[in-house]
Amino acid sequence: MGELSTSFPEPPRTLVIACGALAREFLFLKERNGWDHMTITCLPAKLHNRPQLIPEAVREKIREMRAGYDRVLCLYGDCGTGGLLDQVLAEEGAERIAGAHCYEFFLGSPEFEALNDEDPATFYLTDYLVRHFETLIIKGLGLDRFPQLLETYFGNYNRVVFLSQIPDWMLLEKAEEAARRLGLPLVVRETGLGGIETFLATA
Amino acid sequence: MSNELDLNSLSDEELVEQMHDDLYDGLKDEIEEGVRILLQRGWQPYDVLTKSLVAGMKIVGEDFRDGILFVPEVLMSANAMKAGMSILRPLLAETGAPKIGKMVIGTVKGDIHDIGKNLVTMMMEGAGFEVIDIGINNPVENYLAAIEEHQPDIVGMSALLTTTMPYMKVVIDTMKEKGIRNDYIVLVGGAPLNEAFAESIGADAYCRDAAVAVETAKAFMARRQGSALAQRVA
Repeated sequence: MGELSTSFPEPPRTLVIACGALAREFLFLKERNGWDHMTITCLPAKLHNRPQLIPEAVREKIREMRAGYDRVLCLYGDCGTGGLLDQVLAEEGAERIAGAHCYEFFLGSPEFEALNDEDPATFYLTDYLVRHFETLIIKGLGLDRFPQLLETYFGNYNRVVFLSQIPDWMLLEKAEEAARRLGLPLVVRETGLGGIETFLATA
Repeated sequence: MSNELDLNSLSDEELVEQMHDDLYDGLKDEIEEGVRILLQRGWQPYDVLTKSLVAGMKIVGEDFRDGILFVPEVLMSANAMKAGMSILRPLLAETGAPKIGKMVIGTVKGDIHDIGKNLVTMMMEGAGFEVIDIGINNPVENYLAAIEEHQPDIVGMSALLTTTMPYMKVVIDTMKEKGIRNDYIVLVGGAPLNEAFAESIGADAYCRDAAVAVETAKAFMARRQGSALAQRVA
């Protein structure tokens, strides 16, 4: 009879390519779950302003870093790439979390769909977007230089929904201030990080 | 006023050049004043439109394409042009300015984004198209009703979201079911779209930006007029 092994198989060395908007969330989950076999590398969140650049930026990152890893996971939604990101990931043999954008995988598809059907004129915020509201929204859209463009950008919206990942009263206050600056009422929904956690644990 | 410059003191040529600069800088009040001055000097509304506003926006569009200008600056320019257009629009209708064609345009169901669509509308109007803008969040019924009422040459659809862009296919498929698809040129646009998507849903063309939309629409209209002429000659 052979000797029984008492050691568990090593988990696959995993490279996680993520949007910079998800770095903090990943590190939180990595520590909580002891995912020492996972390494994250991020692309700048501001790529969302020019989504057509995301697919090739992801491809470049995969090719640059994949040596030394058993698999590559991608923490991006489709993010306005119109399916081109999925095409790149299929060509490069990497797997992506399901969903059109982070709002969907934070909330879960059925819940996001219901929320969006309730009012498509909804502007979404996440912890990251609240934290960087001034840089990404106010300065990113040029509202610091041209405040008169507020109506052009946000005139069709009816509300702001803050999808809160890790409850924090300071972020809540900032979300309230953000909604006030946009002149819209605020709705808060706690999402947790279950969507990302499940994907990374089971992919 | 730009550096307290008296626009009235400029020659026509200088004023038009100044208006190009003011449009580039998004100076709405100065554009309105320039338009009024040129009209007072006896310019035809169509000439004011093409030589000052459209030519000025062409420079803005080129610098946007080349990464020199960014979205906020383009929107400021567009708002300035819109102000000039609102003075010229009724005069253009009165003076029977040439019309290249007619377009119905709208953002599809579930989508409330209209910045790109509004830019296309304005640039198409500037290029001599009559544009019927049916707004945002349009179900297929709205497109069909507008097509029936206005009998356009072109149907334009816009979407900003990955989740809403598939609805364009619903509109095109419904047009096919009704046997009217080939009666119209269908142009689509929006940030997440690309040429492959446009082809897959059966649109005639994908337009990357407002300037491309104008050029594409003109090319299709020329082809359409060419084939109509060929049919008459045959």
